[in-house]
Amino acid sequence: MNNLEILRQIQTDPRYDESCRSCLNCGVCTAICPAAGYFDYDPRKIVNLVREGDETTLTEIISSDLIWYCGQCMSCKPRCPRGNVPGILIQILRTVSINTGLFAKSRLGRQQLLLKRTIGHNILETGYCIHPTRVDPAKHPEQGPVWEWMSTNANQVYSRFDAGYDKEGPGLLRKISPKALGELDRIFDVTGCKELWRKIEDGAAK
Amino acid sequence: MKQYWKDYQKDIADDNYFYVRSCIRQNFFPGAENLFIDILKNKLGKTVFEDAEHTTCTGIGYHTDVVPLETTMTVIARQFALMKEKGYRNMIASCVTSFGLYSEVLDMWKHQPELREKIAGYLMEATGRTFVEPENMVHASDILYKYRNEIASIAKYKLINKTTGEPLKVVDHIGCHYAKTFPERGVGGSEFPQVLTGLITAWGGQTVDYPERRHCCGFGFRNYLVQPNRGYSISQSKIKLESMKPYEPDLIVANCPGCSMFLDRWQYTLEETEGTVYGACGNKIPVFTHEELAGLVLGYDPWEIGLQTHQVPVEGLLDKIGVEYNPGLKYTDRQGNLIGEPEMINQHVC
Repeated sequence: MNNLEILRQIQTDPRYDESCRSCLNCGVCTAICPAAGYFDYDPRKIVNLVREGDETTLTEIISSDLIWYCGQCMSCKPRCPRGNVPGILIQILRTVSINTGLFAKSRLGRQQLLLKRTIGHNILETGYCIHPTRVDPAKHPEQGPVWEWMSTNANQVYSRFDAGYDKEGPGLLRKISPKALGELDRIFDVTGCKELWRKIEDGAAK
Repeated sequence: MKQYWKDYQKDIADDNYFYVRSCIRQNFFPGAENLFIDILKNKLGKTVFEDAEHTTCTGIGYHTDVVPLETTMTVIARQFALMKEKGYRNMIASCVTSFGLYSEVLDMWKHQPELREKIAGYLMEATGRTFVEPENMVHASDILYKYRNEIASIAKYKLINKTTGEPLKVVDHIGCHYAKTFPERGVGGSEFPQVLTGLITAWGGQTVDYPERRHCCGFGFRNYLVQPNRGYSISQSKIKLESMKPYEPDLIVANCPGCSMFLDRWQYTLEETEGTVYGACGNKIPVFTHEELAGLVLGYDPWEIGLQTHQVPVEGLLDKIGVEYNPGLKYTDRQGNLIGEPEMINQHVC
């Protein structure tokens, strides 16, 4: 990997111009950030470091847990007096981290494998990001007894609200047609998602 | 009207809507979307169409960084293409994450025409469909806001305590991606959003202004979806719940399906783990989606619109308003047979 590639990759992302303009270091983004209140995390510092553009520092950042704390609420966007969006800059840093394989060097980065195999696979296999059959009550104790009741009796519960549940045609949690799933699959192929998934699998395997 | 308020009013189409569903709302509030469609069709006389061929927008995958920008853009372009093919120009998104992402994508296409062309090419290559953009794109809560007074005029109930005659105290929670991403696309913007307060006041209630009103519910995408990370998520909801507790709200209403679910479920978890509840009289605070709140005042049967799928029981609130319901039908199936009952803690009315 060529270190000089990193800043270029960040700056050529189509989201860069809207995420990182001139920063006056006021720290409002950090003040409003839910992640900054929970983790040792400072979005103001991230913006600063990206604008400084030091390749060694950027390599360290995208190899660390630091870029994986943001919860993507985008509370930073409306408050920034310069129109920056640190939450989008984080998206770019995460993309570069995966593309370079450096995500696998951090504990939180390696969680991408789990997310790819759950949310990612859900999309191509069901047409939904989440589906009642894939939210296991045993892994979601916080969902409580009502979710356990819904999950255990999914057909009866969901069919009460829509007889079309899990059937082809419009309606609640309809079965997504093979044609639509096929189109999703081709979109994921031609737009590079499957290549990204290969990088996640390969990086995590190392 | 002063200019800065005009900046945060939005154009909401009158009729002829193409509706796209939400992954989270369908899973956790399974009565809400059909209720919304029914209100539009049968109470407001509007035309709304749902295409069986639409899919997830991939929003959760995008915000967990397992679906790249161009993939998400092309899936969204496919939804827009389906809309055009069926003869519609006005899109309603059920999900706030979808709405925020559609807004983001449309803005990027506007400012980066070369990216727009690239996505149009991907769409044609992968699906054979033709790229198009909607003329009007709104969130479902925008439609209820637009027609809030019409709904009030035919409502069976008001958001009023039938015993005291006082307006119910309602917390409004706006999903972050409704207006924080593009304040000009949310009614009232991100700092003073009106989209839910408009419903609450039109239907007889009063809003609760509390310090952490604009704080995120704490979904945090990867910060919830990966089990060891969930401390972040519950901590953010706890910040909100602690902040609203002194005001003793009667209910919470949220326009984002994720927020509705988390504010409901984390109350259960906080009671189980810490023994803390945040409503008056030792009760938890019922959480409603905007569709469910509309259904409630319009007099729909609580169990037909899915209020039994909430973890926080709603009966205390129904009794406060005076809503009629049959407790025996709460956990029954479409034919009226008892499915079985989850282990619930009953609430009482103050």
